[in-house]
Amino acid sequence: MELLAQIIAAAISSGTPLLFAALGGILIERSGIIQLGAEGIMLLGAVIACIAFIHTGSLAVTLLAVAGISIALGLVHAFMCVTLRANQTVSGLAMTLFGSGLSAYLGKKVSGTPIPGSVPKLNLNFLDGVPFLGPVFAHLDVLAWFSFVLVVAMHLYIHRTSWGLHLRAIGDNPPTADVMGIRVQTFRYGYVIAGTILIGLAGADMLLVYSPTWTEGMTAGRGWIAVALIIFARWNPVRALFCAYFFGAMDTIGFKIQLIGSEIPSYFLKMIPYAVTILVLMFLGWRSRNKPSGSPQSLGLPYIREQRF
Amino acid sequence: MSERQAAAAVPLEPPKPSSRRMWAYRLEIDPSRTGSPWWMTIVSVLLALLLCGIFIAANGMNPIAVYDKMIRGAFGSSFGIAETLVKAIPLLLCGLGVSIAYRISVWNIGAEGQFMVGAIAATAVTIYFPNLPIYATIPLMIVFSLAAGGVWGLLTAIPRTYFQVNELVTSLMLNYVGLLALDYVVFGPWKDPKGFNFPGTPMFNEAQSLPVLGDTRLHMGLLFALAAVAIYALLVKYTKWGYELRLIGANPEAARNAGIPIKRHILLVMLISGALAGLAGMSEVSGVSHRLMYGISPGYGYTAIIVAWLAKLHPVGLAVSAVLFGGLIVGGYSVQTIGLPSSISNMIQGAILFFLIAGGMLSKFRLRRNG
Repeated sequence: MELLAQIIAAAISSGTPLLFAALGGILIERSGIIQLGAEGIMLLGAVIACIAFIHTGSLAVTLLAVAGISIALGLVHAFMCVTLRANQTVSGLAMTLFGSGLSAYLGKKVSGTPIPGSVPKLNLNFLDGVPFLGPVFAHLDVLAWFSFVLVVAMHLYIHRTSWGLHLRAIGDNPPTADVMGIRVQTFRYGYVIAGTILIGLAGADMLLVYSPTWTEGMTAGRGWIAVALIIFARWNPVRALFCAYFFGAMDTIGFKIQLIGSEIPSYFLKMIPYAVTILVLMFLGWRSRNKPSGSPQSLGLPYIREQRF
Repeated sequence: MSERQAAAAVPLEPPKPSSRRMWAYRLEIDPSRTGSPWWMTIVSVLLALLLCGIFIAANGMNPIAVYDKMIRGAFGSSFGIAETLVKAIPLLLCGLGVSIAYRISVWNIGAEGQFMVGAIAATAVTIYFPNLPIYATIPLMIVFSLAAGGVWGLLTAIPRTYFQVNELVTSLMLNYVGLLALDYVVFGPWKDPKGFNFPGTPMFNEAQSLPVLGDTRLHMGLLFALAAVAIYALLVKYTKWGYELRLIGANPEAARNAGIPIKRHILLVMLISGALAGLAGMSEVSGVSHRLMYGISPGYGYTAIIVAWLAKLHPVGLAVSAVLFGGLIVGGYSVQTIGLPSSISNMIQGAILFFLIAGGMLSKFRLRRNG
């Protein structure tokens, strides 16, 4: 029980950035736009968070700066995919490459400097004595709590509100949505920007909570794991929560094995999350070989009003 | 005449000017335009340099002076040109590999990992067969690296064809696996015992190194790369296989209906794509560094993606853009002396890809006057 609680606590701490990135991706992909730039956006979010926090020392300013850069990146992606109707896969790839280059360039000066301070924790002291709940929930940081709230809010939004119905409509069948009077292009812009803010927040969370020093390429493929998570979670926020913690646990399981004192070289233990991602996706593909994957039906297809179907 | 007919006879009123009228011009897709003009590529690169110039200026440097320094560093001396060509070799091989995959819309971004395993496999020959003569060692290293890269490519292709797994995610995950495998061998079992703890294997001997040109570092890998590009150009243009690739790229649905085995094509293409990147890894360890070491690649596999895109997958274009990006990497190193990080070249690369895509799409639009 003790060990299980420890693993879950570690999974939450390393899974929260994945969860934010996956939730942002779900929001974007539900509106029918493929988002593969998560790695670059997370890196830029992390480096901006680091620079802003070191220079101002204020968490609010830091988060605002991250939101600002994310809005800019989201606008670029939306302009490319919605207005120019460019290849969404390549646009995302370009964002990843540009993000990793720019973040390395911007982060050179703050590289290796630990951030001053940390994200405040929500101390629930009455939980301290409670077995299991105590070690997991008593001293979580506010960003983790925000992610819980976000999961519930997004679930209710997508499945229980008329705005959520519109979101699903523009992702599944934009011509019908357009006939219903929903502004497909405008909403796609909005959702891409909103989702990109969440992905940027994922990078900030990674830096502020998980590893509080900027190093070049610090996300180490987590943006891409988040892309895999979206498929794994079948574009559903609540499933995304569990999937993110599963991958969070995979991320930390290597450290745990090392702590036990195993003989396996750490390089192989560090391969676990990457190998598991591929295996899980393969398992999923095999299991749902003749079934719909749950992806929005117009994912990746630009919508042009004049085009006949 | 009934009232109804009278109403129908009245001509429709012209639509009221809407708020959109505030724009005198609008963009619309011109269906007659398929390609983009050649100058669009140059405009895209210049715009990318302009954007990065803003970031350089924000860092307190004069962008023009920085670019000048980069160009001089890469192309200003015979040493610089040789270095640029040395960097262009892996870029050309990896870029060729990914372009073959992109031709049939298989988004292989795993050239970095395929490069790593190719380098590891080539080094394995030097570790396990240390005393072979040069005419046995070099071909064996080539075969090993091709095989290892090819297998790494298949690890991406098999999930894609049989399990419907997005190849972008798989190939990127495999990059990290390949990188960790490289770190393992250079920090662990293959570390040079006399290397003062340097994370690298012992230096290769003469028989394990590719011949170089004169006293430069330019090595025989250049010939491999040029030969591979020529073979690719001929195969795509003149064989049935090449025709089928072009058909799959142009219209996958039509290709499927024509009975072309798309799955088999994807497997073969990823095998070739990975093998070429693996060969790049071999030529880098055997031709340049003469040992396997930590950080052997400054991201060749990722730059190769942009090399392929800038060349529009065209063989001659690949050679040109590989040299340009080789120069960009060398230029990035040369500005380190004036206190800029070498990652400036990564930033420029990403920006170039962005503007290339946007420019390619924009040139399909035409500007129309409203009304």
